Amino acid sequence: MEDVIVVKNLTKRFGDFIAVDDVSFEVKKGEIFGFLGANGAGKTTVIRMLCGLSKPTAGNAVVAGYNVKHQSEKIKANIGYMSQKFSLYEDLKVWENIKLFAGIYGMKKKEIFKQTDILLKELGFEDEKETLVKELPLGFKQKLAFSVAIFHNPKVVFLDEPTGGVDPVVRRQFWELIYKTAEKGITVFVTTHYMDEAEYCDRISIMVDGRIEALDTPKALKEKFKSNSIEDIFYQLARNAVRTDD
Amino acid sequence: MKALTINNISKSYNKKTALKNISFEVDKGEIFGIIGPDGAGKTTLFRILTTLLLPETGKVNIGDLDLVKDYKKIRKIFGYMPGRFSLYHDLTVEENLEFFASVFSTTVEENYDLVKDIYSHIEPFKKRKAGALSGGMKQKLALSCALIHKPQILFLDEPTTGVDPVSRKEFWQMLKNLQKQGLTIIVSTPYMDEAILCDRIGLINNGEFLDIDKPENLIKKFPKKLYAVEGDNMPKLLKELRGNENVYTCYSFGDSCHITLNDETIENNYKEITPTIEDYFILLLK
Repeated sequence: MEDVIVVKNLTKRFGDFIAVDDVSFEVKKGEIFGFLGANGAGKTTVIRMLCGLSKPTAGNAVVAGYNVKHQSEKIKANIGYMSQKFSLYEDLKVWENIKLFAGIYGMKKKEIFKQTDILLKELGFEDEKETLVKELPLGFKQKLAFSVAIFHNPKVVFLDEPTGGVDPVVRRQFWELIYKTAEKGITVFVTTHYMDEAEYCDRISIMVDGRIEALDTPKALKEKFKSNSIEDIFYQLARNAVRTDD
Repeated sequence: MKALTINNISKSYNKKTALKNISFEVDKGEIFGIIGPDGAGKTTLFRILTTLLLPETGKVNIGDLDLVKDYKKIRKIFGYMPGRFSLYHDLTVEENLEFFASVFSTTVEENYDLVKDIYSHIEPFKKRKAGALSGGMKQKLALSCALIHKPQILFLDEPTTGVDPVSRKEFWQMLKNLQKQGLTIIVSTPYMDEAILCDRIGLINNGEFLDIDKPENLIKKFPKKLYAVEGDNMPKLLKELRGNENVYTCYSFGDSCHITLNDETIENNYKEITPTIEDYFILLLK
């Protein structure tokens, strides 16, 4: 299976501070990859580099076939991104948000309108097409934000704590959207603080103090660390962390 | 006397109901958890309890003080840690703590014992500006500032949201230590696994309490047998179980699916388990 993300000896320094320290891994097409770590471990810095928003100090990464060092604009056009903090414009209607983001990604108007109806039907949101996003319940918003992030059919989507604060039923519905997306062949790169969600990933990595200290399937990690929960493994690895920076 | 008595409070914003007939009591020295998703009304409730917002109906007493009539006295006896970091970014760690002490006409030295356990973690950085602290350190400073005037009751609005599991565990240990010193603590969280760390909890959704009780009692209220079914591939497992006519509910829980059955008398080889608060909350949301 083809690798959609290839990271080799990726390093980022800010002055004397080594935020990301010689990190290497690959993520396959259609894989759900859980990117875990304590606050301050360097997750956000890695994601920023993989999205073409920050250049590595050393090492390199190829995302969706493009090099993060000198093809960052190509990368931005071929990925999707969603975070808990920023997702949609609250003062725009549901369809206006879709049109805006799809337009930014260069989709044709006709295609946008056709796909918008299909998407809203899939989500069961047909009646909310004209609703302002700020009027939607949080769970709705998060599902819509995710759908907008993959609307232009990117090769990979980055989800930064997408389920923070949503209720337990919606949290599970959100993961079903993730499964569907992966089935379509879109790679899902996701961070979370819910350790049960780590179990739903094909593979997970755990980052501590700028380095990846563990990377495998949840099952293999549990065997390796002789533990029956990812939370316990996370605790074993992260409690020795010296860094606590965000 | 109860530390906190809330009777039938309601609040709405532009016709949208934020809180509907909320009533509960908290004993002195208790940790009471308010558990529910974003938008459930947790922050509105905290704003009312901290005298920043007037409820439309109902009555609140903190000890024998009335929330509306005695608001000035009440402001002296509670500590509040809002969900958003609300300290002064341009002041140093030490200056922030001194500022909050001086607002309450006290000094850091006078109440140092109360914050020592928490503040000692950040004391090495006391000359650093608060805005330059890490998330975990900001959280500890905010808690120190909420404690420095020796409050009797502590309101913590989502202190662990977005915090990793290791730091969350540490934070709860701090709360348990404060409880031992006699403090009453009202804390909200969206993390269901923290419910079990509270003495009693209220499950809140859409502005209403769905249930209030000790966590162990809530679990006992789960009306059906609950089973765990394991599988390596969650999407496949969900599909299979949903295709089974006898499966009534089916939700993913880490490496297994928790299910209930329509007919529990039909023989099966599923493993029966004790429900969690999350199982019960999902049941109430249905």
